[in-house]
Amino acid sequence: MAELTLPKNSTMSEGKTWPKPEGAKNIREFRIYRWSPDDDANPTIDTYHVDMDDCGPMVLDGLLYIKNKIDPTLTLRRSCREGICGSCAMNIDGTNTLACTKGMDEVNGTVKVYPLPHLPVVKDLVPDLTNFYAQHRSIEPWLKTTTPAPEKEWKQSHEDRQKLDGLYECILCACCSTSCPSYWWNGDRYLGPAVLLQAYRWLIDSRDESTGERLDDLEDPFRLYRCHTIMNCAQACPKGLNPAKAIAEVKKMMVERRV
Amino acid sequence: MSSTSAQSKRPLSPHLSIYKPIPTMVMSIMHRITGCALYAGTLLVAWWLIAAATGEAYFNWVNGFFASWFGILVMFGYTWALVLHMLGGLRHFVWDTGSLMSKQTSTKLAYASMVASIVITVLIWIVGYSVT
Repeated sequence: MAELTLPKNSTMSEGKTWPKPEGAKNIREFRIYRWSPDDDANPTIDTYHVDMDDCGPMVLDGLLYIKNKIDPTLTLRRSCREGICGSCAMNIDGTNTLACTKGMDEVNGTVKVYPLPHLPVVKDLVPDLTNFYAQHRSIEPWLKTTTPAPEKEWKQSHEDRQKLDGLYECILCACCSTSCPSYWWNGDRYLGPAVLLQAYRWLIDSRDESTGERLDDLEDPFRLYRCHTIMNCAQACPKGLNPAKAIAEVKKMMVERRV
Repeated sequence: MSSTSAQSKRPLSPHLSIYKPIPTMVMSIMHRITGCALYAGTLLVAWWLIAAATGEAYFNWVNGFFASWFGILVMFGYTWALVLHMLGGLRHFVWDTGSLMSKQTSTKLAYASMVASIVITVLIWIVGYSVT
């Protein structure tokens, strides 16, 4: 059942306002979700000020400015800084996206930063994605075949290869899944947009020989059919993919194999 | 998932309260709310039919209620809920074919069904009043 409000230990209060960098003329305000497992306090929203003349253009640059120059305890995941690893997925300005590809100029006023929504928080902007990864594992995201392996590679026509465009680019950053209200309310049983897009990626792979079993596994009121086409996933995806469309295609495959 | 003490005290990150309202999400919520409202609306129809079967005096009284300013307000809301839910149903019907699902198109559809629901509701009432 949908739990619309936050549990008692998760409600947020006003946190610390950190001093502005000295001599800075071009200042941008950041309001960032903070929570540490080291004390029993509830999460807070801390206020920071970034010197834009001494900082790169992306939200990630701003966060690293804060971590390097103001508050080294600020905790976040980041790696590639070019939108291919998916580590710095977080909620910025009310929408899930990658901090490294979101420009600060795309945000009006204060930059508000929260961890990906409706997940257990490990620390600050680092959420626990254990369930998300376990769900990805559950759809068996690898080539499954019964015919003997060919001498070299499994071959595919150009047309069949093109069917994977718009799917293979997914970096599993979890922006889409954690933007989905259905996933918020039923994340324990609903697979969510990212995992279902991956499921579709294997369903339409011409080389895969396990389509029937894959569809059987998804034929479930929760795993697949909790998608109500809310479309938050497509709006959030930092790679411009459309998980909602992929899910619609899976639903169509369910119907097509019956008629 | 196993829940050690370190995990169980972890807070849940904020969700609904911090997420920016997205047109398609708002329309999805409206589709739910109007769907629930239609249950109540159907009860009103049933009440009206029962009144018609009960007798002239009671039927006139119920009609009087529906003709009052409050009754008209409820009926107008019912009409709007019905139209919006119908348009939402049509939108989902199209989406079930996998069409019109791009980020931009689905957002336009969300705006369009909100505007269309108001226009159609007003038209229904104009036609309704001009007929009677």
